[in-house]
Amino acid sequence: MNPALNSGLNSAVNGGMAPVATPWFFYVLAGLAVASGLAVITRRNAVHSALALIVTLLSVTGLYLMLYAPFVAAVQIFVYAGGIMLLFLFVIMLVNIERSSKDRQFNRMWPVGLAAACALLALFVSAFVKGKALFPDRMISLPESSNTQQIAGMLYGEAGKMGEYTFAFEIASLLLLVAILGAVIMTKKKI
Amino acid sequence: MPNFIMSYLGIKDAVTPGAAGSQFWALIYVFIIFAGVSVAVMAMNWLERKALAHFQIRLGPMRVGPHGLLQPIADAIKLMLKEDIIPAEADQFVFWVAPLIGLLAAFTVYTVIPFGPSQAVSDMNIGILFMLGVSSLGVLGIVVAGWASNSHYPLIGALRSSAQMVSYEVAMGLAVVSAILMTSLNTAGTGTLSMIGIVQAQQQQGVWFIFKFFPLGLIAFGIFAIAMIAETNRAPFDMAEAESELTAGYHTEYSGLRWSLFMLAEYAAMIAVSSIAVALWLGGWMRPFPNLLNAPAWDFIFSLFPALTFFGLAAIAIIGVVRMPAHSFFKIQRIGLAAFAAVLGFIALLLLVIAVAGRSADGSVAARFREGIDYVYWFVFKVAVFMYLFIWYRATWPRYRFDQLMKIGWKVMLPISLVVLIATAIVGVLVS
Amino acid sequence: MVPITTFHYLVVAAALFVLGVIGVLTRRNVVIVLMSIELILNAVNLNLVAFSRMWGNLHGQVFSIFVTVDAAAEAAVGLGILIAFFRNKETINVDEIDLLKW
Repeated sequence: MNPALNSGLNSAVNGGMAPVATPWFFYVLAGLAVASGLAVITRRNAVHSALALIVTLLSVTGLYLMLYAPFVAAVQIFVYAGGIMLLFLFVIMLVNIERSSKDRQFNRMWPVGLAAACALLALFVSAFVKGKALFPDRMISLPESSNTQQIAGMLYGEAGKMGEYTFAFEIASLLLLVAILGAVIMTKKKI
Repeated sequence: MPNFIMSYLGIKDAVTPGAAGSQFWALIYVFIIFAGVSVAVMAMNWLERKALAHFQIRLGPMRVGPHGLLQPIADAIKLMLKEDIIPAEADQFVFWVAPLIGLLAAFTVYTVIPFGPSQAVSDMNIGILFMLGVSSLGVLGIVVAGWASNSHYPLIGALRSSAQMVSYEVAMGLAVVSAILMTSLNTAGTGTLSMIGIVQAQQQQGVWFIFKFFPLGLIAFGIFAIAMIAETNRAPFDMAEAESELTAGYHTEYSGLRWSLFMLAEYAAMIAVSSIAVALWLGGWMRPFPNLLNAPAWDFIFSLFPALTFFGLAAIAIIGVVRMPAHSFFKIQRIGLAAFAAVLGFIALLLLVIAVAGRSADGSVAARFREGIDYVYWFVFKVAVFMYLFIWYRATWPRYRFDQLMKIGWKVMLPISLVVLIATAIVGVLVS
Repeated sequence: MVPITTFHYLVVAAALFVLGVIGVLTRRNVVIVLMSIELILNAVNLNLVAFSRMWGNLHGQVFSIFVTVDAAAEAAVGLGILIAFFRNKETINVDEIDLLKW
């Protein structure tokens, strides 16, 4: 309903995804991400933290969709929200002992940790303030044709050529195999 | 916005609301889908009870409306009026949120379901990935529901159910990938992940993917059909929620409106995975035999099918009226059923008028309107066949034991789907 | 309203990163520490994808896919270690996991 923000119907630019009411969606998603991130680190109950992390992951997915990265958003839903969070919930159920919910919430080193995090925040703020001039005011639009196809081109390569990330792709699959084996061996009762 | 009204009536070029960036019209589509899915779930509820009963040579609900037609409404009212019991030590917030997660996951999938070439809320470039990913979020709702109930049986049921769903998601994903491989054999040479694009690929190649590279398409479809039953926790894979095994599994402690939310999520997930199967293998919105019988006369005959279906339903209702005993107890039911038959007949007449008025294939308003109705009709018809199959399976087959279930998922379905995927890829490369 | 630029996304990513660091350094429950690590990795991913959009190529997106894969592997192994430890010492308290202290 905001014709000023539409870049035209069915435009081939940005892969056919027309921007709609962009600032409003950004502020809602970003606010939701930061608010639920805060909830992750402050909830006493671990299941509440896990649910808040799911909300964070889904709002970051929305931000990826706004950044014209639909494949990364799909990977995020599949792997993070659908896989890793399920793993976390299972482990929370496995190790959740009643005593922990009546314990203190923050560990012994919390002043030191908080000071370190504040130093990090100060570093970020100074970097952003000094370097704001480096970032352009306008975002370049990504090239046309399908995002998934281009990512596949980079990962697998065109016909007859190797892609730029083919080797890293193979190493990543090996890494996943090692992680599976590691997780299975760690949790077996008798090796 | 007027673009949409005009495009829907067939005057301008049709495009989905997502592609044109109109939020208002997308919201209208979402409301229509919500209403449609709610009606479909209620109809499914009635059909399940009646069909199961007839399979078991009994009658099912007969009292509430004529032949139990108002039974779902009575069930809904009862569930809304029931006392909302929360277990004492349960985590209140998580108990409240768990059905919502499942419902959110089940309903978000409907944004990309292709009812027609432009009848989808938003045709994402990654449509099929989005559908599979979001339907895997439903598992989280089940796990959290079992945990929040603070009791053994729900927890065991939830863990079993989630383990089962995760195992069959792998086989489902591989079967879907082998269908997507077939879309890249277009004349354009590029595959697509968007749902509308997949159906258009079938249209372009002139074959439903279930019949392509026979028998590879058929086996992939079979793997998906079995995995989708396991994915929605329906018989014969319903160990996790069967009444005789685990006192209703993860939704034991949920009563009243909360339980109805779980049931709504389960039926909505069933319709969603059936529509994936229809769009990927059964040609989506295309009418049967698009190539063998493609004379304009056959086009006209197939476009009469919506009207014929409603005439058939009206005829069944009239037969029910005639066969009701002529007793004063049944007077109101006879009148009700006759009124229902009249409504169905009226809809059938309307569809007949549209089919006849728009019978030419030119781009006139009536023709486009008829085409739109035909697309939606064939899609819904195929999904309805799947829904009936779900009920048939439940009535016919005994349920699997849990270890048998996991064994099938990992040791039978996964290797077969891998082999089908590799064979499809090899055949695809050899053919093109 | 100002149009949304890369800078806005970087600010959100930095906020998530700092929240994750606070979670790692101050929480007592090991599982929540691991979840804060996932928050940090998500902030990094957001940063990468925002820069990918700024430069107009896809290197950032491909890199973020690899970071996601890496996070999955690390979560699996980390939780496996936690379960193995829990079997021995029955605690998930970071303060009590101090077997190397003398």
